[in-house]
Amino acid sequence: MFSWDLLANAVVAGVLLGGFYAAVSLGVSLTFGLLDVVNIAHPAFVILGSYAAYAMNSSFGLDPILTGVLLTPLFYVLGAAVYQMYYGSFERRGEESLRGLVFFFGVLFIIEVSLSLTYGVDYRLVEAPYIGKSINLGGVGIAVRLLVPFAVGLAMTLALHLFLSRTFYGRAIKAVAQDRLALRLMGANPVQIKTIAFGIGIAAASLSGALLVTIAPVVPSTDRDYIGRVFAITVLGGLGSIGGTLVAAIILGVAESLMATFFGPSWSLAVSFGILLLVLAVRPTGLFGR
Amino acid sequence: MRPWRGWRTLCAVAVVLGIAFALSSVGSAMAESVKPIKIGLGMALTGGLSANGKPALLAMQIWRDAVNKKGGLLDRPVELIYYDDQTNPATVPGIYTKLLDVDKVNFVVSGYGTNLIAPLLPIVMERKLTLMGILGLANNEKYKYPNYFQIQPSGPDPEANWATGFFEIAGKLNPRPQTIALVGADAEYPRHAIAGARELVKTFGFKTVYDKSYPPSTVDYTPIARAIKAANPDIVFVASYPPDSVGMIRAAHEVGLQPKLFGGGMVGLQYTSVMTSMGPMLNGIVNYDFWAPERTMMFPGIEEFFKEYQARAEKAGVDPLGYYLPPYAYAAVQILGRAIEATKSLDQQKVGDYIRATEFSTIVGKVKFGPNGEWAKSRVLMVQYQNIERRDVEQFKGPGRKVVLYPEEFKSGNLIYPYSAAQR
Repeated sequence: MFSWDLLANAVVAGVLLGGFYAAVSLGVSLTFGLLDVVNIAHPAFVILGSYAAYAMNSSFGLDPILTGVLLTPLFYVLGAAVYQMYYGSFERRGEESLRGLVFFFGVLFIIEVSLSLTYGVDYRLVEAPYIGKSINLGGVGIAVRLLVPFAVGLAMTLALHLFLSRTFYGRAIKAVAQDRLALRLMGANPVQIKTIAFGIGIAAASLSGALLVTIAPVVPSTDRDYIGRVFAITVLGGLGSIGGTLVAAIILGVAESLMATFFGPSWSLAVSFGILLLVLAVRPTGLFGR
Repeated sequence: MRPWRGWRTLCAVAVVLGIAFALSSVGSAMAESVKPIKIGLGMALTGGLSANGKPALLAMQIWRDAVNKKGGLLDRPVELIYYDDQTNPATVPGIYTKLLDVDKVNFVVSGYGTNLIAPLLPIVMERKLTLMGILGLANNEKYKYPNYFQIQPSGPDPEANWATGFFEIAGKLNPRPQTIALVGADAEYPRHAIAGARELVKTFGFKTVYDKSYPPSTVDYTPIARAIKAANPDIVFVASYPPDSVGMIRAAHEVGLQPKLFGGGMVGLQYTSVMTSMGPMLNGIVNYDFWAPERTMMFPGIEEFFKEYQARAEKAGVDPLGYYLPPYAYAAVQILGRAIEATKSLDQQKVGDYIRATEFSTIVGKVKFGPNGEWAKSRVLMVQYQNIERRDVEQFKGPGRKVVLYPEEFKSGNLIYPYSAAQR
């Protein structure tokens, strides 16, 4: 059933999907990759972002992605507050490894149950003019519903890369991952820097949640589908590498799409995780990890 | 010497004690008679199937309230004892053991869905209980347990009957379609449905040009839709859960997949939130369903049920229309209640025997169970979505949007063929 037309379409669909995966994984790359905080609740914040976008869309007809952008400051504050709680209760006492993990599991379940109690357990979808439409470029069909999240994912990656490499706070976030003491000697407060980084991670999660709800319906438990995927992308890209996260996400997206088109979609996840294992066997630090 | 006057006092005390004893006996007998009949269940109130579990529970609560308003069963009130199974089959044995051994329930009802019924059946068989099953597909095919009764109208051969209507419709089309694509999720229900569809493909003599499954966590369905389009089938049969149903329909529109007949076994299209969000995109899809607001489906009591359900739905945070699962969950406990009343007994075997031998008139119509506990005759509907122009809820409350095509006795309109014609 091979044809060049199918191949081109599969690759384009995979790249678009990869852009979305990158958006969902950026926050984990920041918190887990750079801060070494195993925020297992990250996908729950993604779904929280989805519900925020849904609520604004269904109540006021606001575009879900625009809502996602507008709500990032709110989620930034929420993320900063969660980190302060985590730091005060666990990290400061050096008990972050196992107890911290339990803390984030708790946060995940609290978010899930809160959403269930607030919105019920029905599937939630949004309406936007670009959902269900596609454009054709030389025989390659592009679903606008996936093109928009891809573009936003790309913009998020670029913005985060520039922030980390060009600004004082960005460089401080990178430094805190390497040597906290040295950072303190430079006059920066590691806890404040980590709070900022965690807040940005949660803000990114919420925006990617708005992208998710434009692609597929969500229920409070949808987060569980993404836990494995986002951590796999972060590890494959190399811990803390923002560009690596994008590359890894696109590799997994294209692999999934090619498998779904030519060999049967059942193989998609197996091949994606096979790639992860293969890369880790050759490069244990991931594609762009140091 | 004066006679001992204590006799009088002693007699008085004895009389008082006797009266007190008699009163206490009457009291305890009365207390026994008002002791509630307990019905226990685990239900998916959180997790992946909670979108169906919560409405099912609400339907049972409506039944409980209606029964208690009329004086209960056997002059005793009915109490529902339930726990959240979290859509996790591993929780089922613990929940039902607690219900039976600690809460001392008189009867158990299953949770929602095939996966949650599977771990319950062995417990029920071991304790020789009568069980009403809520929408499980082919759970009893292996065990053939006689006191299991399943309310989903799948029919005596659940796997094959599920898709029979779709293939009956396809087989009568003119010009007759020749090729078919089968696609479904790697999960319990879609696997059964696709297995049944494969048998029907042979029976009806179609040629399979695509037969693949996908993981339930798939995000983008456009590669799948494109691969199916490349195979150019006349019919596309999809067995999917709600997120994939939405994904497949959107992807089909985006890549221009236009077979002559599209649909089959897509779970989720029956939910109000999905119907209103998809709107006109649903036009032309022929899909299974259990109930539709068509004149042929107005069974006694169903309108009163929906009136009560829809009044409570918003507060409960569940599907606002409740056409899919709730009436069947209600019917399941309605049958159990009728059997308890008719046998005047809480004996599991007597109640089971009665259910097996009786045809019940319920809010979902007449229900008679066959030897394997499934409906003796399949009544899986095939409906076609037609003339949907907007995305509001109101349009789905009246007839003409989900037209019943199969079975013949409930038919309420004609198929618009091919699929593309219904989308204009």
